[in-house]
Amino acid sequence: MNALRDTGILVGRSMRHIQRSPDTIITVAIMPIMLMLLFVYVFGGAINTGTDNKVNYMLPGILLIAIASGVAYTAMRLFTDKQKGIVARLHSMPVSRSAVLWGHVLTSLVSNAVSLAIIILVALVMGFRSSAGLTAWLAAAGILTLFTFALTWLAVVPGLTAKSVEGATAFSYPLIYLPFISAAFVPTATMPTPVRVFAEHQPVTAIVNSLRALLGGQPVGIDIWTALAWCAGIAILAYFFAMRAYNRVP
Amino acid sequence: MTNLAIQTKGLKKAFKDVSVLNGVDLDVRRSEIFALLGSNGAGKTTIINILSTLLIPDSGTASVGGFDTQRQPERVRELISLTGQFTAVDGMLTGRENLVFVARLRAVPNPTQIADQLLGQFGLRDAAGKRVDTYSGGMTRRLDIAMSLIGTPAVIFLDEPTTGLDPEGRLEVWDTIKKLAEGGTTILLTTQYLDEAELLADRIAILHEGRIIAGGTLDELKRLFPPAKVEYIEKQPTLEEIFLAIVGKKTEEVAT
Ligand SMILES: Nc1ncnc2c1ncn2[C@@H]1O[C@H](COP(=O)(O)OP(=O)(O)OP(=O)(O)O)[C@@H](O)[C@H]1O
Ligand SMILES: [Mg+2]
Repeated sequence: MNALRDTGILVGRSMRHIQRSPDTIITVAIMPIMLMLLFVYVFGGAINTGTDNKVNYMLPGILLIAIASGVAYTAMRLFTDKQKGIVARLHSMPVSRSAVLWGHVLTSLVSNAVSLAIIILVALVMGFRSSAGLTAWLAAAGILTLFTFALTWLAVVPGLTAKSVEGATAFSYPLIYLPFISAAFVPTATMPTPVRVFAEHQPVTAIVNSLRALLGGQPVGIDIWTALAWCAGIAILAYFFAMRAYNRVP
Repeated sequence: MTNLAIQTKGLKKAFKDVSVLNGVDLDVRRSEIFALLGSNGAGKTTIINILSTLLIPDSGTASVGGFDTQRQPERVRELISLTGQFTAVDGMLTGRENLVFVARLRAVPNPTQIADQLLGQFGLRDAAGKRVDTYSGGMTRRLDIAMSLIGTPAVIFLDEPTTGLDPEGRLEVWDTIKKLAEGGTTILLTTQYLDEAELLADRIAILHEGRIIAGGTLDELKRLFPPAKVEYIEKQPTLEEIFLAIVGKKTEEVAT
C-alpha cells in the first residue's frame, strides 16, 4: 500500500516537471507532426501506398516515432534525479524503492499519451478518418501503451547508467529510425531483399500493421499477436536489465 | 535498544582496489552531537552513506538505533535523515513544494503547515514560492537541511552542513543543530571547519587513512596533545593544532 502511495506522490512530482517545461510534450509532438506533413504533402505523391488516404497510412508509424523520442525524456529525468542526489535522498528515506522507478514509468505513460493525442488531433485536421469501433480503438490504445511501457523500461537502463545527459538519451536515436526501415511509410515490397527481410521481421512492422488494421476497421489477423509478443518481450528484457542497473544504484 | 544511537564495528570499504575504510569503530550516544573530522578523501562521506543504508560495507557492521543497516535497512530509514554533502533538492519545484513533497512521503499529518513553519525557521519565507533553480547556494543549503528535519527523525546525518554558507547562515545552522540536540535528536556531522566541531560537538573523532585515530571530548583530545606550550604567554592548543599534530604524527609513523 505504501508503495502505491509513494508512487502517486512521485508521479505528481514528475507531472509537475512536465507542466513547468511543456516543451517535453510539445517537442515530442512537433517533430512527428512535421514528419507527417512532409510525408503526406511532400513525399506522399511519390510513395505508392496503395491507399487514397495518405494520413491514415502514415499515422501509425508517426505515433511510434513520437513514442521513441518521448521516452528519451524519461531517461533524462531519471538521469537528472540521480545526478542531483534526489534518488539517494529518496533511498535514505522510508520510501518504497520500486516507487522511485515506477513514478517515472507511469509519468512516461501519461505524458506520451498526451503527445499522441495532440498528434492524432492534428492528423484529424489533415484528413485522418477512422471507421474503427470502440473496441478497436481501445485495442489500438492498448498496443500503443504497451509499446510506450516497453520502451520506457528500455529508457530506464541508460537513465541509470549513463555518465552524461547525452549518453542517457542517445539510445532513442536508433529507435526513432526504426519505423523508417519498416512498413510504416513505404510498402516493404519495393525494398532490396536484405532490407526487406529486416523490415518485415522487426517489431515496428507488426505493430504498424496491427494499428493500421484496427484503425481502418479491418480484421487484424496474426500481426496483433506478433506485435504483442514483441512489446511484452522488450518490456520483460528491459525490465530485467533496468532492475539490474537499479540494484547497483546507491 | 541500547543507549548508543550509532555503532560501527570494523567497518571496511574499498572502491575497486582503493581501500577507503580499514576498520572503523564508532560509538555515538543518544542525543549527542558527534563530529567526524578528516581530510578530503578520508572517507567521511563513505561512512555516512553506509550508515544511511546507501552503501554496503565490504565487512564489519553498522547499526543505527540498534538496527543493522544491512539486515534491517527499512527500520534504519525510519529513524534517520540525511543531508548529503551535495544538496539534493528539486530545482524545478518551489521551496515550499520541495518541503511538502518530503512531508507527504514521510506521511506527516499536516504537510503544508510543516512546510510553512520550516520556511519561516530557515529564513526562506520570501522565496517560498520561487523555483529552487533560482535560489542562491546558501538558500539551497538551508532548504536542503530543512527538508531533512521533516518527520522529526531520531538521528540526523549532516555531511558538511555549513559548507558554502555565509557567516550568518552558519550561525543559523549551528543554532538549529544545537536546538535539535537539546530536543533529543542525535547528530552525526562531518566538517572541514575545526572551529565548528570545537563549538558544536560533544565528542569528536578523527578519521585518517581509513581508521579512527583519535576520539573523545575536546578536553580528552587536548590531553592527547603535548602539554600546553609555554611561550611568552601560555596558550591552549586549538582543535586545529591537535588535528594537524595527530594527523602529521600518524603520517610520519606510516612513512617510516
Ligand atoms: N563511488 C565511488 N567510486 C570510487 N571511489 C569512490 C567512490 N566514492 C568515494 N570514492 C573514493 O573514496 C575516498 C573517500 O571518499 P569520501 O567521499 O568518503 O571522502 P570524504 O572524507 O567525504 O572527503 P571530502 O572531505 O572531500 O568530502 C576518495 O578517495 C574517493 O575518491
Ligand atoms: Mg565527503
